[in-house]
Amino acid sequence: MTSSCPVPHPETERVLLGHGSGGQLMAELLTDVITPELGLTAPLEDAALIGLNQVFSTDSYVVTPRFFPGGDIGSLAVHGTVNDLAMRGARPLALSLAYIVEEGLPLSELRDITRSAAAAARAAGVPIVTGDTKVVGRGAADGLYVTTTGVGMRLRDARPSAAGAEPGDVVLVSGPVGLHGIAILSAREGLGFDADVSSDSRPLNDLVAAMIAAGGADVHALRDPTRGGLAGSLNEIAAASGVCVEVVESAVPVPVPVAAACDLLGLDPWHVANEGCLVAFVAPGSADAVVAAMRALPEGAGTAVVGEVVEGVAGRVLARTLVGSSRVVDVLVGEQLPRIC
Amino acid sequence: MKHLQEYRDPVLARRLLAELRTTATAPWTIMEVCGGQTHTIVRQGIDRLLPAGMRMIHGPGCPVCVTPLETIDRALAIAARPDVILTSYGDMLRVPGTSGDLLSLKARGADVRVVYTPLDAVRTAAENPGREVVFLAVGFETTAPANAMAVLHAAATGVTNFSALVSQVLVPPAITALMDDPDAQVQAFLAAGHVCAVMGWTEYEPIARAYGVPVVVTGFEPLDLLEGVLMAVRQLEQGRAEVENQYARAVRRSGNTAAQDAIRRVFQVTDRTWRGIGPIPASGLALRPEFARHDAAVRFEVGDLVTRESPDCIAGDVLRGTRLPTDCSAYGRTCTPRTPLGAPMVSSEGTCAAFFNAGRTPEHR
Repeated sequence: MTSSCPVPHPETERVLLGHGSGGQLMAELLTDVITPELGLTAPLEDAALIGLNQVFSTDSYVVTPRFFPGGDIGSLAVHGTVNDLAMRGARPLALSLAYIVEEGLPLSELRDITRSAAAAARAAGVPIVTGDTKVVGRGAADGLYVTTTGVGMRLRDARPSAAGAEPGDVVLVSGPVGLHGIAILSAREGLGFDADVSSDSRPLNDLVAAMIAAGGADVHALRDPTRGGLAGSLNEIAAASGVCVEVVESAVPVPVPVAAACDLLGLDPWHVANEGCLVAFVAPGSADAVVAAMRALPEGAGTAVVGEVVEGVAGRVLARTLVGSSRVVDVLVGEQLPRIC
Repeated sequence: MKHLQEYRDPVLARRLLAELRTTATAPWTIMEVCGGQTHTIVRQGIDRLLPAGMRMIHGPGCPVCVTPLETIDRALAIAARPDVILTSYGDMLRVPGTSGDLLSLKARGADVRVVYTPLDAVRTAAENPGREVVFLAVGFETTAPANAMAVLHAAATGVTNFSALVSQVLVPPAITALMDDPDAQVQAFLAAGHVCAVMGWTEYEPIARAYGVPVVVTGFEPLDLLEGVLMAVRQLEQGRAEVENQYARAVRRSGNTAAQDAIRRVFQVTDRTWRGIGPIPASGLALRPEFARHDAAVRFEVGDLVTRESPDCIAGDVLRGTRLPTDCSAYGRTCTPRTPLGAPMVSSEGTCAAFFNAGRTPEHR
């Protein structure tokens, strides 16, 4: 018998699809390639603070399919940037909307998506004030790519930062996790299952405003767990804040269809993307008031207390498992690859 | 789905653990064969809650892990051809071959696609008549029926540009090989519930008799595994060595005979080399000669493959259950899910990846 394995050849020269997954590969891409060239050193936040209270963020959207249960690439692009601003405690002031369109895209589709983006912006109370449109040849893009950029103004007493979590903080999740990622997967052709789920894509700026009104500066950290999912956001906050986080597995709201789809595909719901919920770290003295304020709004009705910041290894996230044991909650390496069986 | 919640009930789990503690009087060693079971055990930390001295050994049942390097290298060589679309289950894409993995090859322009069922690969072939579509057909008896159906479907509908690169493996010969190993430490087996849903459990009865080991057909939820362990311990305590079925909601003694028929029509038993373990007689399935036109190994001449293994990793010992991932000097250092040295670090069903993702260290197993 032999007991040997092959020499590894990790890909170091080219971009892999997994580099865009929000996992460990993406973190490496940022720290090894992007941020050093830009001279950035501080931990990366969902949005940047400019001066005292202005907040600035940008994000690109390449989702396939462009229309999915619960939304489309237009509304998603608005919600995503509004939410990135909100995670710094900011009220959105204005958005830009930029398109890269592939030759041949039906005009009716572009009209529908633009209408959807406009409606989403109105609903979030933020005007789209500028934009750009480029057309590239067939095959040079996949239908339509959308970029939104937003500026916002920090709410009074709002100080949330990924680096702001403190020992004793209560960890909250504002709603069910995994809906967006599973809705997208189920909308893709040929998956062989039909999950009855819609994306949770929605604006969270009102929810954050209610949280800040209830808890002020005691709302220490906010993150919307998009790519990389809940596990990614918890790890980012634990690392940036230098704290240890313990989450109770049974307390995390995973909708039944999401759990079923994840079981079927061999995915971890904590790694699946969300577009309409947030993770919050709140000082224990304000946690009850913040939870009550969240639950009073439809987008926070499912708010759950899922864990706390505990004594332990800085940067580590632990889960208390269903059977009462514990494990470390890690970030994804690259793309989440479905298991064989 | 109501059932799913039931099989994850924390109160019932604690009750089973308490019963296990009162039942076990000796430090029994039990192997769960299947990687899916390893995943649940390590993810839930079940092995840490067992009575003192009792051990779970994690078996060779991760299809990604045991697929021979030669097959991976062959898949890489075939995928590199411009006329080929190579399709596979997701977690095969990061398994390291001698000179890279399928994901890296994809970044360099190869057409590599993830499918969720082999029938999708047949459909891709039908939609791309000018291309060759190759499906990397790996797995245990669980994936064999669907893979057989894909070949039958392609043959019946005349999709001649579909072929399968087959590396199917079988569980019972692997268990026999493990028990024939002079270092064998396993005293009871948890057999894989889904494998038995297809094959039934008659194949395990001679093994239980010959080696005097209890075999419990077990499911994949936390309560399934706790109950399976408890049933195995009861047998050990009572000096019995029988095949019992914990997974009664899915498995019957004769299995799924229609699925078995599909397997027999398409495949024949062959000797197979298990990566990290070595050759095991009559432990694999290969396409029957009448399906040669759908056999990628026949259709694509890739020349002599020179496979090269490095001595650094102990995957074979881990797969045989004689050492733990945390015993490996490369574990967590040069070998991580980001840069896997061996296949068990790739799939979440692989023992090394299951350990790493749960934060296990040599100090804190």
